[in-house]
Amino acid sequence: MNLLEHQGKFWLKSAGLAVPRGELVTTAQAAADAAGALGGRVVCKAQVPAGKRGKAGAVQLVDTPDQAREVAERLLGSVVGGYRVEALLVEEAVDIARELYAAVLDDPVSKGPLVLFSTEGGMDIEEVNATTPELVHRLPLDVRDGIPLDGLERMLSATDLDAPAVTEVATAVRTLFGLYRDVDANLVEINPLVLTSAGAVVALDAKVSVDPGSVPRQEERLAALPGGQPDDPVTDLERRGRELGLQFIELDGDVGVLANGAGLTMTTLDAINHFGGRPANFLEIGGDAYTKATPALELVLSNPRVKSLLVNFCGAFARTDVMAEGVVNAIEELRPDLPIAFTIHGTGEEEAIALVRDRLGTEPYDLMDDAVQAAVSAARGATEEAAS
Amino acid sequence: MIVTAEENVLVQGMTGRQGQYWTGRMLECGTRIVAGASPRRGGQEVHGLPVYDSAVDAAAEHRLDASVLFVPPGGARTAVVDAVEAGIGKIVCLAEHIPSHDVMEMLAVARDRGARVLGPNTAGLVVPGQTSVGIMPGFAANIFQPGNVGVISRSGSLGTLVAMNLVNDGFGQSAFIGIGGDPILGTTTSDALQSVRRHPGTDAVVIVGEIGGAMEEEAAELIADLGIPVVAFIAGRSAPPGRRMGHAGAIVTGNRGSGESKVEALTAAGATVVEIPSQVGPALRALGVEPRVPEAASALT
Repeated sequence: MNLLEHQGKFWLKSAGLAVPRGELVTTAQAAADAAGALGGRVVCKAQVPAGKRGKAGAVQLVDTPDQAREVAERLLGSVVGGYRVEALLVEEAVDIARELYAAVLDDPVSKGPLVLFSTEGGMDIEEVNATTPELVHRLPLDVRDGIPLDGLERMLSATDLDAPAVTEVATAVRTLFGLYRDVDANLVEINPLVLTSAGAVVALDAKVSVDPGSVPRQEERLAALPGGQPDDPVTDLERRGRELGLQFIELDGDVGVLANGAGLTMTTLDAINHFGGRPANFLEIGGDAYTKATPALELVLSNPRVKSLLVNFCGAFARTDVMAEGVVNAIEELRPDLPIAFTIHGTGEEEAIALVRDRLGTEPYDLMDDAVQAAVSAARGATEEAAS
Repeated sequence: MIVTAEENVLVQGMTGRQGQYWTGRMLECGTRIVAGASPRRGGQEVHGLPVYDSAVDAAAEHRLDASVLFVPPGGARTAVVDAVEAGIGKIVCLAEHIPSHDVMEMLAVARDRGARVLGPNTAGLVVPGQTSVGIMPGFAANIFQPGNVGVISRSGSLGTLVAMNLVNDGFGQSAFIGIGGDPILGTTTSDALQSVRRHPGTDAVVIVGEIGGAMEEEAAELIADLGIPVVAFIAGRSAPPGRRMGHAGAIVTGNRGSGESKVEALTAAGATVVEIPSQVGPALRALGVEPRVPEAASALT
């Protein structure tokens, strides 16, 4: 779960790391007022949970409140990285002596937390890593221990930072690690972490991602964020999906997809593409969500672009008979006027196939490829008919 | 990690609804389950098997080689630590949505004591005709048959589909290892590749991967020296680019993780990468692999 920058900074500040003075605004006038209050020279930053905002023109340094108003008029309501900009963070411009990079993240290779640090902050850190990997320092940690001060200082002393800066930065990185642990983050990344000419350390940006599996135990902390728990979904349908506890991603094709398990669902989309079709959505009802077939189907069918429906179940833990019953109930209730292709295998398949056959009068396909091709050609036929 | 029919298995969380149901199904597959463990349920019986309060208590009465956890995500760390303290060397952790910091902690505890963990978020292991440990349909004859193809899959549902396609095409499996869908896993694709290679009767391996992470690229480095053919399918190659925020993850994986990167690495290492799951069987045949039931497996069925 990705936090917005101002939310990440709210946590950083609470943890004791300095961030620039700033104000969150939702109108151009408020942006101008905030700029005036902060001394005129400010940075206006679009609050969207997307990366590369600088390159997208969504971070602008201005010198006057009037300029802040103009930038805000342009940015508010625009779309950056697929997200509509609803708020800007207006921050005082900081006197930057040096831009650094620091992150703490879950590392699948060492299977523990990993600290990343570079003196080459402020730019595309992936590029720095690709061209000068020796400038990206790594410190793998044991999650059961704190962050060892000697190891951290050794890492920082290997850079060209002077001794006072090493001490300041070490304190800041320890604060980042403490926050990462406290909020169950997958990632806390600061780029740039700046040294001011007075020698202070300030976080100019904040990317904080809370582990999705930890959201239940972080609920109170998330609810107390300014703006409340972050809202990832882009479209209204995706938002509805999340309210139902379903992972739903809207795509631009015409074959509606209902499958169980992320792996099988991705494969179903791959197969639709392979046979020349275009999927309308990603929606998996795997794991415990397999009992949610009825609301899931309603969600798929409420997309007006859907011209055919492909139901692909392959049960292991998820029982196909339970999923099929939910889908059959939903179909009987909603009576969708479109062709539906089923393919069902695995746990509970005999009952599931009998259910579809008896109650819908439809014979599920033995082979997934045949079901996919049927759904693809039905959608193509319906789309051509609508066009002619 | 593979669990054979000669190894003693503990079921943690045996008294829960899922624990009871799957204990029955695993027994049906030939798994040698000897006991269960559920906090405060010691003294009960499930399918005639004794239940203890903890894995440590169960280990005082039984030799335990492996444990499978039907435990909710919030209790997984405690249960894995309990299994490690009981001296169990193979731990299969099924739960999805375990907090990632708990996962790192339980894997660190296991590593310190030399225990291996499969998962989390795995569907488990199957040796057709011998054992099924987890929530795979090891009992379904149209999906699992004794044979000579080792299958490694991140996903349970997709792994089931691929296993079924193999049976449709006349093949069977020497072993199926579900490694799990979480970003941080106790057993990686490379670890599983080495396990199925060592498992008797494996003539070829099918890797069922997914976009994201760098496990398939790492595994590709082992393929050249494996000595047996490898067929791979990577799910999600047509997926739209994910909504990624930070860049730190990309620094760790470099430019790996995409479908193209995985296909390129696997192909360069000599594996055949197929476009859709139904092409797996034909690809094996094209590599000269013919169905064969290993003697050890045929003797058991």
